[in-house]
Amino acid sequence: MKINDEDTMSITDTKPIKPEVYKEMGLNDAEYKAITETLGRHPTYTEVGMYAVMWSEHCGYKYSRPILRLFKKYREAIDGAGLENAGIIDIGDGLGIAMKIESHNHPSAVEPFQSAATGVGGMLRDIFTMGARPIACLNSLRFGPLDDARNRYLFEQAVAGIGFYGNVVGVPTVGGEVYFDECYSGNCLVNAMALGVIRHDSVAYARADGPGNPVLIIGSHTGRDGIHGATFASVELSEESESKKSNVQMGDPFAESALIEATLEALETGYVVGIQDMGAAGITCSTCETSAKSDTGIRIDIRKVPVRETGMTPYEIMLSESQERMLAIVEKGKEDEIIAIFKKWEVPVEIIGEVTDDELVHVYDGDELVAQVPSKSLAEDAPTYDLEGREPDYLAGLNNYDLSGLAEPDDYNDVLMRLLEVPSIASKQWVYEQFDHTALGNTVVLPGSDAAVLRIRGLKKGIAVVTDCNGRYCYLDPFAGAQIAIAEAARNLACSGARPVGATDCLNFGNPEKPDGFWQFKRAVEGLAEACEFFDAPIVSGNVSLYNETPQMAIYPTPTIGMLGIIEDVNKRCSSEFKAAGDIVVLLSGVRFDEGESLPVCERESLGGSEYLNTIHGIVAGRPPALDMDREKRVHKALIKAISQGLIKSAHDCSDGGLAVALAESCIAGGLGADITISANCGPSAALFAETQSRVIVSVAAENLGLLREIVDECRVECTVMGTTGGEVMKITINDVEVVNVGVEELDSCWRNAIPGKMAETGVGC
Amino acid sequence: MKFGVVQFPGSNGDQDAYNAVCDVLKQPVEYIWHKSTAVDGFDCIIIPGGASYGDYLRPGAVASLSPVIDAIRGYADQGGRVIGIGNGFQILCEAGLLPGALMTNSNVRFKCSYISVRVENNFSDFSHKCTVGQTLSLPIEDYQGSYYCNADELKPLESENSILLRYCDKSGKVTYDANPNGSALNIAGILNEAGNVAGMMPHPERAVDDILGSADGVLILKSIAQRLD
Repeated sequence: MKINDEDTMSITDTKPIKPEVYKEMGLNDAEYKAITETLGRHPTYTEVGMYAVMWSEHCGYKYSRPILRLFKKYREAIDGAGLENAGIIDIGDGLGIAMKIESHNHPSAVEPFQSAATGVGGMLRDIFTMGARPIACLNSLRFGPLDDARNRYLFEQAVAGIGFYGNVVGVPTVGGEVYFDECYSGNCLVNAMALGVIRHDSVAYARADGPGNPVLIIGSHTGRDGIHGATFASVELSEESESKKSNVQMGDPFAESALIEATLEALETGYVVGIQDMGAAGITCSTCETSAKSDTGIRIDIRKVPVRETGMTPYEIMLSESQERMLAIVEKGKEDEIIAIFKKWEVPVEIIGEVTDDELVHVYDGDELVAQVPSKSLAEDAPTYDLEGREPDYLAGLNNYDLSGLAEPDDYNDVLMRLLEVPSIASKQWVYEQFDHTALGNTVVLPGSDAAVLRIRGLKKGIAVVTDCNGRYCYLDPFAGAQIAIAEAARNLACSGARPVGATDCLNFGNPEKPDGFWQFKRAVEGLAEACEFFDAPIVSGNVSLYNETPQMAIYPTPTIGMLGIIEDVNKRCSSEFKAAGDIVVLLSGVRFDEGESLPVCERESLGGSEYLNTIHGIVAGRPPALDMDREKRVHKALIKAISQGLIKSAHDCSDGGLAVALAESCIAGGLGADITISANCGPSAALFAETQSRVIVSVAAENLGLLREIVDECRVECTVMGTTGGEVMKITINDVEVVNVGVEELDSCWRNAIPGKMAETGVGC
Repeated sequence: MKFGVVQFPGSNGDQDAYNAVCDVLKQPVEYIWHKSTAVDGFDCIIIPGGASYGDYLRPGAVASLSPVIDAIRGYADQGGRVIGIGNGFQILCEAGLLPGALMTNSNVRFKCSYISVRVENNFSDFSHKCTVGQTLSLPIEDYQGSYYCNADELKPLESENSILLRYCDKSGKVTYDANPNGSALNIAGILNEAGNVAGMMPHPERAVDDILGSADGVLILKSIAQRLD
């Protein structure tokens, strides 16, 4: 964006900004008019830029805010003290976990390595600016099929970028998920999540209290990178997106690691009044948000901001999204002490202004006043739009698709192997081996199980954490799909022995200005809001990423859930692999006890939305599997109780690929076979591959089966003995016919080698 | 026995090493700031793992020029014991306190995984609690973990029994497939000629409790704490 000579620089003599200028920045005519009314004059070039980013969907949530009010914690924060950098979940013993997930989707489609890296960096800053010490990262990644060279390039680079940042900073990346589907070609999703531990009495806030208090900029110098990243995130991707590489920020994890230590040490002094990460919209966002929250103003001189290059305009400095920077407000008189801490860690720090009492953000360029705008008009008055949603036309047809005519396959062994090779199901070892997951020495269940489990030094309890979402389900029914995302996250936690205590969400959707897109978004949030309260996992933080579409297609609605659980005794945790030969394999399921014991393991229609339909028949149709939240919760309760009593040796939930894939995964991970016999009143394909909800495969020592039955009876959960572990072969017999018989080594090989094989295919091209 | 753990800007394995000495060995331990010019009074100095100076330029290259490394060089010359783990090993090689260099992994990717190593020498101050041929399960996490040295350096390593650990399979066989990063002779850890400076890519300080997947690292730490007479 080029500044013309006629554009106004000083507020003393302003002229109208040309419509093409503010429109390219992302503002419409009505919004521009609202700005002139607020200011009582035309804005300067710098001011219009500040409004454009703060009122973008990415910062101002102009389309999503009315919908986000469905979340209880969000409503409470907006109506109360305001939003913070991240949400905090109480875990007892005076401690909390600060947690957040955020997207870096659009930049990743253009420059995947740096974008994924800075996604991690931004998340970590949101955590330690709360005063929390980061203890773990997770991620949720979605790309187009790996048969395409461009997709391989994006996947390889995004994984490398996440590794580069997290590994150098030294925070373990302990878990996550990766899915591949055509709808993410051209618009991949890179969601990064971070967690930190914090004492409740040392929480730091993003506030600018106390007129006269000095305002400090801390961390890396400000450059031209990332200008207008927030605006870039608020439009659809197109052919021109490649030219937006200047909208991508560059990460410096070494700077971040010093910033973590210095910031936590500075916060310990108690002299830091407020602190905020500079993410989207950089200095603009951090100055107006902190002062708006405290009913104050801030005066800064941009010439005091350390810059990387000469000749930067006020506009560029105010909008730069250079990474590893923070704004801090410090008690007057104590600034030298705080500055000394940052200097010790060799972190750049400068006083750039002070807090004022006039509720205005004043931006000086030396002596010249280049912007003067009410803090709250920038931070809180972004216009919101109540959009009309409409159920997409495709949906009724897809939902009512007749699946009854599907032919049964000839060879179930072959189908099972093909499913295990689907990259979304296959081993993610190729990914997580590139992430340091043992750093800090607290990871007690390593990647590859249902949930990552961490110990907390000095405590008996541990925490479990997962990310989850099945975009295909959300495409077929955003309300149900979103509820399943919550239920499955909670189920994964339960499989490790943890009860959920809180969640964070990354709402990845298409263009909200299209009625179809808005309807998907609204329905999904309605589903999430209901389910997260039901499973006692309130959403405490999150991020909205809209406009995830290209001219060819929109992504599946993908509300990624990060969920945290507590294990009362970390020694009583559980993982997914079969542990010993001769154990009994049991299916816990949510079928109501009073419905009798002889219910089928499956229902025909629950093949809807399954990976089996997608991979074997090339069909994405039907309805996602039905979810009864009450039944689901009872399964979790039984599971957590049994694990806490040490009765269960392994637990693994049935999700993508259904019962057969889940069994195979427990066999592969444990290096043990299993001999399974089930009865079903449906075809073998539905019995094996339907993704019926609320089911968990557990293994238990024979002598503990009775005790397990007592617990499941008490919790009114169905418990079906399916067979025993042992040998080197996985066998499944349905209604007295053996349908699956494959060596575990063979299963292992196709599951483990699928992604490395794809990545080795013909190299990667960009 | 008093331990020191060196802190460089960016080194992030310092807490792990510090905690392992406190929790497992129950010995006194202090951090040593990278600008220190004296390291007297320690019985063992740990140069921890994890990206000092962000691994910029080459892992260990910048840290090897720190004032504390000069002090450690003098300390080692006097027979003081030094162990470098992961990035610490890279720093010791860059500083010339150990022979050879750590190169980019053969598959050109970062690798984090539990691997097996075979103990080659149990006469050292770092391994006497192990038996020769014993297999330890330890985590590695590095991008540049492939040990390289030229033939002139390799000969004395072999003839003087200075190879401490080699990558092996679970049964203890040193094989090509068990080499996670392309290290020469599957070398995972070495000693200097005098036997008082050790470097290793696997992280014993992270494998100190069965809950973490292995407690085999305790054997290395206890070997240091109960020194050979």
